[in-house]
Amino acid sequence: MMEGGLVRFLFLILAVAICGAASVFQPISDSHRSAALDVFVPVDGSYKSLEEAYEALKTLEILGIDKKSDLSSATCENVVKVLALSSSTLKDALYALSVNGILKCKSGEDVPKDIVSKLQTGVKDAKLLLDFYYSVRGLVLVKEQFSGTDISLGDAEAVFRSIKALSQSDGKWRYSPNNPESSTFAAGLAFETLAGVISLAPSEIDHSLIQTLKTGITKLFDSIQKYDDGTFYFDESEGPISTTASVIRGLKSFAASESTGLNLPGEKIVGLAKFFLGVGIPGDAKDFFNQIDALACLEDNRFSVPLILSLPSSVISLTKKEPLKVKVSTVLGSKAPALSVKLAQALSSKGSSVINNQELKFDAESATYFLESFPKNFDVGKYTFVFEILLDESANEKAYITEAQTKVPIAATGAITIENAEIAVLDSDVGSVESQKKLDLTKDEAVSLSANHLQKLRLSFQLTTPIGHVFKPHQAFLKLKHESQVEHIFLVKTSGKKSELVLDFLGLVEKLYYLSGKYDIQLTIGDASMENSLLSNIGHIELDLPERPEKAARPPLQLTDPYSRYVPKAEISHIFRVPEKLPAKQISLVFLGLIVLPFIGFLIGLTRLGVNIKSFPSSVGAATSALLFHGGIGAVLLLYVLFWVKLDLFTTLKALSLLGVFLLFVGHRTLSHLAATSNKLKSA
Amino acid sequence: MVKSTSKDAQDLFRSLHSAYSATPTNLKIIDLYVVFAVFTALIQVAYMALVGSFPFNSFLSGVLSCIGTAVLAVCLRIQVNKENKEFKDLAPERAFADFVLCNLVLHLVIINFLG
Repeated sequence: MMEGGLVRFLFLILAVAICGAASVFQPISDSHRSAALDVFVPVDGSYKSLEEAYEALKTLEILGIDKKSDLSSATCENVVKVLALSSSTLKDALYALSVNGILKCKSGEDVPKDIVSKLQTGVKDAKLLLDFYYSVRGLVLVKEQFSGTDISLGDAEAVFRSIKALSQSDGKWRYSPNNPESSTFAAGLAFETLAGVISLAPSEIDHSLIQTLKTGITKLFDSIQKYDDGTFYFDESEGPISTTASVIRGLKSFAASESTGLNLPGEKIVGLAKFFLGVGIPGDAKDFFNQIDALACLEDNRFSVPLILSLPSSVISLTKKEPLKVKVSTVLGSKAPALSVKLAQALSSKGSSVINNQELKFDAESATYFLESFPKNFDVGKYTFVFEILLDESANEKAYITEAQTKVPIAATGAITIENAEIAVLDSDVGSVESQKKLDLTKDEAVSLSANHLQKLRLSFQLTTPIGHVFKPHQAFLKLKHESQVEHIFLVKTSGKKSELVLDFLGLVEKLYYLSGKYDIQLTIGDASMENSLLSNIGHIELDLPERPEKAARPPLQLTDPYSRYVPKAEISHIFRVPEKLPAKQISLVFLGLIVLPFIGFLIGLTRLGVNIKSFPSSVGAATSALLFHGGIGAVLLLYVLFWVKLDLFTTLKALSLLGVFLLFVGHRTLSHLAATSNKLKSA
Repeated sequence: MVKSTSKDAQDLFRSLHSAYSATPTNLKIIDLYVVFAVFTALIQVAYMALVGSFPFNSFLSGVLSCIGTAVLAVCLRIQVNKENKEFKDLAPERAFADFVLCNLVLHLVIINFLG
């Protein structure tokens, strides 16, 4: 056996800044636990297969949820049955033993001898990676669960080598020696299997073999993929969750089985943890199991344990004056070791840093770090807080790592003061004020104004943040609503010191549909950082607009029921191209007959002229070529008819070229023969 | 005067007829073919005039096939006619072979255009 011994302390404080989008990852919480009870519901009181039973029970065990005892009795029956049969498959044996490890149906001296011998022969005869996996891992589980057994692999190095033979240079592994397909998922399985071989070997395995395996792992990490927010994952055809989980399981088993440390890049381990936390709550049982199992491996392993910084609430309210709380924990939510959290920077949306290097205080009761006081110039708005975690130098059992810097988006809200709100009617040309009223926008008022189309309406107010800066809200709308329910909305612009809106009725006459009468005035001011957003009815204004001319647009019909705008619309009737008028069938048939007439006339004329085929050659050779000539011409004409009916130009041209060559040949023979005979007649 | 004109016309017609009978038979066959082709074209034009030229390409294709073949027949007649001094050295079989070939090409194009 390897020297079991003390684990080296590894303190890694990474200097590499992880750049990317700011985002918060939450560790596993009670919402996961309640979701697990919904996802892992067995069908008809028992699980469909031992593999599913194992996944469900393992997940519930990791999450600390008590399994129902009636369910476990049915599953235990199944497990005992499988372990008793010597004809069970290796896969069933493995999963039965895995479930047994959780439920403890059989233990102690009651060794299932048939299964053990089956697994041992399985190891000897195995050729495929999955066979090695099932048999080796089965033997490891037997050794763990049953005392009094001395299970060790006879020729561990040979087994190691034959499994290693399935590895590839890029770090991936093949499933079978014959199939060149390789995958990262298989690599995870291989690591677990090799870890089992190392733990079952009677004597130490050659160190060089283990070293090559470690270089393979480093190579595999080269193929890791990442998202912009700093999460890392492995992707394969089985899907990122299954593949990454398989690799993490393999790495955990491998690191646990041998003493010299496995050095894995810390940034990537944190990235893998963030990947699984970023999945949220999966709906699929297999994804759920893979997520929780991988996080459990990351929580408790020998290479590095990632710590996650999370915030229960990412909104700071300047009116409530509550401190900002920060939690640091492991991925499954367990306590973190002693450390200190520092707020390195608080970057405002403009990019400047408002807070620098502020250490957070620790509250041991709630295990949270908090930032009590904010500087005087901390204004409302959106910020990015950059946290840094410093692990205490005192001795830790495990090697913890964290992100170098965690960027968190924070929103600061506060009460915005509204001052100098006033509404006035101005004479357009001169700009003099006809009537002006001061407003208190925090409550509804009943201001009464009147204006005609030659005047302007001016609304202005000042918004200031708690520390006195000018505030520009996201939404500042003024709504004018006519008695006939026609509404118009105008935007209030903020510039410089104040927000102002000037409505020039001369230019708006057409927009207001020439409707004179009483208009209700309503003002809306809102923003995400504003805790006292408001909607206030200011009052009403009597507008005197000129008469509507003929061509002006009518106001749209105001629907009494606001939902009636969602009723089905009028059906569209499409206008299709009118087909061309074709002549009556009878006329076409009559003309078809008429066309034939000249042809008949031609034939009659020929007979009248006394055509004959006397000069048709009589000798065999010449006769055949003459026949072929006429036949060829007939074939070409037939080809044309087929072309018109169904063939396309290219096939026709191909056939025509063949026929043409033939016709040329034959025609030449016939015609030269004819020429020769006529020459003979002439000379004779 | 009218009577003499009609008598002249009759005389003219009779002399033409007698002159024409002297032409050799193969030329008469070709002439008959030309007349047949032209008549077919005329009937197609009359049909189009009656029902409108909707598939215009078909109409053109039909008419041009008749006219084209008539033109080729006329060329054949010119080349085969022994009284034509220009084509004395050209064997009539060669002219006929040209006629056949040109007709086949013409009809390929016509069928393609017929649609």
